[in-house]
Amino acid sequence: MTLTVNNLSVDHGAIRALNEISFTVAPGQIAAVIGANGAGKTTLLRTLSGLTHATTGQATWEGKDILGKKPENLVRSGIAHVSEGKSVIAELSVKDNLALGGIWRKDKKDVALATQEVLELFPRLQERLGQSADTLSGGERQMLAIARALISRPGLLLLDEPSLGLAPLVVAQIFQTLSQLRERLGFTLVLVEQNAMSALKIADIGIIINLGRLVASGKASDLSNDPALRAAYLGY
Amino acid sequence: MLAFISTLLIGITVGAIYSLMALSLVLVWRSTRVINFAQAGQAIFSTYVAYEVIQRTGNFILGMAAAVVVGALLGALVEVLLMRTLFKRIHSGAVAAVAPVIATLGLLGVIRASVGLIWGNDGHRFDAPVSTQAFSMGNTVIPFSRFNLLVIATAALVMIVFTVIFQKTSLGLSLRASAFAPEIARLSGIRVGSIRTIGWAFAGATGAVAGVLISPNDSLTPNSLDLLLIFGFVSAVIGGLDSLIGAVVGGLVLGIGKALILAYLGSSLDYPTAFVVLAIVLIVRPGGIFSMKRGRNA
Amino acid sequence: MLKKFFANGVRTRFIGTIACGWFLLLAADRVDPLRVYQGGIVAIYVIAIASVILLTGYSGQVSLGQGAFMAIGGFSAALSSKYWHLPFFLTLIVAVLAGALAGALLGGGAARLSGPYLAGITLALAIGLPNLANQFSFLGGEQGLDYSVGDPPLRFGMDFTTDKWFFWITGLAALITLWWTQNILMSRYGRTWRALRSNPAAAQLAGIHVGRVKVLAFTLSAGLAGLAGALLSMTLFYALPSAFPLSLSFALVTGAVLAGVTHLLGSMLGAIVLVAIPAYAELLANKLGGAERVIANLPGLMISTLLILAVLFTPNGPGEQWRTFKEKKGKKDRQTR
Repeated sequence: MTLTVNNLSVDHGAIRALNEISFTVAPGQIAAVIGANGAGKTTLLRTLSGLTHATTGQATWEGKDILGKKPENLVRSGIAHVSEGKSVIAELSVKDNLALGGIWRKDKKDVALATQEVLELFPRLQERLGQSADTLSGGERQMLAIARALISRPGLLLLDEPSLGLAPLVVAQIFQTLSQLRERLGFTLVLVEQNAMSALKIADIGIIINLGRLVASGKASDLSNDPALRAAYLGY
Repeated sequence: MLAFISTLLIGITVGAIYSLMALSLVLVWRSTRVINFAQAGQAIFSTYVAYEVIQRTGNFILGMAAAVVVGALLGALVEVLLMRTLFKRIHSGAVAAVAPVIATLGLLGVIRASVGLIWGNDGHRFDAPVSTQAFSMGNTVIPFSRFNLLVIATAALVMIVFTVIFQKTSLGLSLRASAFAPEIARLSGIRVGSIRTIGWAFAGATGAVAGVLISPNDSLTPNSLDLLLIFGFVSAVIGGLDSLIGAVVGGLVLGIGKALILAYLGSSLDYPTAFVVLAIVLIVRPGGIFSMKRGRNA
Repeated sequence: MLKKFFANGVRTRFIGTIACGWFLLLAADRVDPLRVYQGGIVAIYVIAIASVILLTGYSGQVSLGQGAFMAIGGFSAALSSKYWHLPFFLTLIVAVLAGALAGALLGGGAARLSGPYLAGITLALAIGLPNLANQFSFLGGEQGLDYSVGDPPLRFGMDFTTDKWFFWITGLAALITLWWTQNILMSRYGRTWRALRSNPAAAQLAGIHVGRVKVLAFTLSAGLAGLAGALLSMTLFYALPSAFPLSLSFALVTGAVLAGVTHLLGSMLGAIVLVAIPAYAELLANKLGGAERVIANLPGLMISTLLILAVLFTPNGPGEQWRTFKEKKGKKDRQTR
């Protein structure tokens, strides 16, 4: 259950979005990927979930190559990606959005069980099951998106900027929930964030990228205590 | 009053068929963002297949079934062979935006010509399975027949089947998710490509039903469904192109509107009506009567 | 002095046009009558395809109903000849104006629309308009309206055939059309159209009034189509509903795609193909036994198949393909050196 990324480069046309990135996330760890807008964080997640093609390099999950595979197949090997901007389908009801999480799974009993679990975790969603997803608040949408991913029982959860556009209190709540969930369910989490302080607080390791290059990686506490990194990239 | 009601019934009959054609256009539009003008061709081919089967077996239901199967297969085939190749090859250039439309137009031409090659351009004919004689109550005749009833019932059946599939099954959820947010659908493990093919197959089958229902007791020629395509398109636009319910309502609105105009203003306004309705809808409610959107620059 | 004269694009094109015309006139005397007739049809297609190119290739809007504008041109020319007894030349002007008016009306609506809506509305026109003509008696029903240019002037000699006369008129009209369209495209309007096509949002930000530009493109395009329609009616001696079927609109789109929708001169290639295919289709059909259904449907099958193939494999026209090939080759040559 280890995620290994080795010399990964991704091009968007003529522009190199990611340049020879390497890191390893051990099983059950939370990795926070930190960087400014346009650093290549989202590209990294999209590449790991199969939405974007890599130019060169390798990435493996549970010892198996994941580059060049389709997202719909990677989900089946336990990689769940909650993409940027509260990835829910506004035209569908909350219930249908949740159902999407388990739609590919054969074990319908466990899907029902997992759905029950996430509804206990996010009681707000239980109250709004029949509503259309576009009636939800930003925080609720983020919960729904995470809940959907959890129903697929992921081994690796890729989370893109869950704090985007949310009030600080809600952000704190979501991060706390994530931390608890990891304890309980034992998945590996790669968290992309601009909100470096909150992310590094719950993370085991930090990965700082800037303009597509790896700037620093290591224990989260070490990174957040490095005065040079704090001044240049972490912004606090 | 009786005259008004019977006009209404006729309108609903015609409108139900328009609704089916509109449904088939909307199904494709939702999954692929293409107006499939070849739908008229796929439907006419399926209808000729129904004609062949009915000719040989004398069984209307068998003919309808054959048309539905052939229509579905043809729809899937078009998506796999033509649309996939098209989207793989064309990304940029002056034509990119209009290439899909042009390709479906070319396909319409190919199918029409092929149908002409196989069955000739002269009119063919097959009979309705039940009477097309108007009902009469005592001395009053209502210009509404058993066949009209059958048309409405069949269209209603198709719509019920669709409602069940879309609202109650995981295939339906996959179809809806892929239509609204293909990327999230893929991340949820849905094989969006295959789902799109299924959408085209559904559309093909629906178009085939429309073709078989509108053709009995009329002259069947390679281009006899051209007007149905236009009326179906207008209905779909009235409904907002993205909405299945909108397509059904749009078809009924157009059908009833046309029947009223036919009854009270005369037959020469039949076709212009559709065009005027289309123009008014596009100008007054550019997003269709079911949407709040402003422009139509999809 | 001479250099300065030629540096001016407009004059270069003008001279090119005259040279072309002279060549065609000389050629018309030396080929057999059937070719002269076909040459006339080619010239009409050149105008009609140019009208599609003007719209689709340059302003990025798709019209599947160019045949409908041709019908409007044909019928208005015939009407003005029948009721107002206008001289032939003026009926052509009427055709252009009537087409342009219809185009402006549609363009006014189309300014708010694009993509599937525009395609659908123009297709509705193409299917519906001929039907409409059948229903109104003043349009002559299925028999259509008489429309004739009259006999060629006697001073051209006794052996000057009607076909040759048609060829002269259509050829001249086509040359003027190409010259005029080329100038429009090189003008300010052409530049705004191209800007609009390649990036509507940016064009709008740059202060281009999108609606007005679209209406203008539709107006000019439909005017040209109207001219082509009148000329087509002339060669048939009638303005007929059946002369403007849906397949005509298909053929024009095919011709434009074959031409490479952004290449005006490609319209000649497109037009030649459109005339050649039915001719070869007939030969082929006769070889296959000459059944009526084969003769009736083979041309349509070939043209539509060609349209699909062209969209799939040379979406920007064979010219574009050739140019990218040469560019690649040129690059390679430079690299090896």
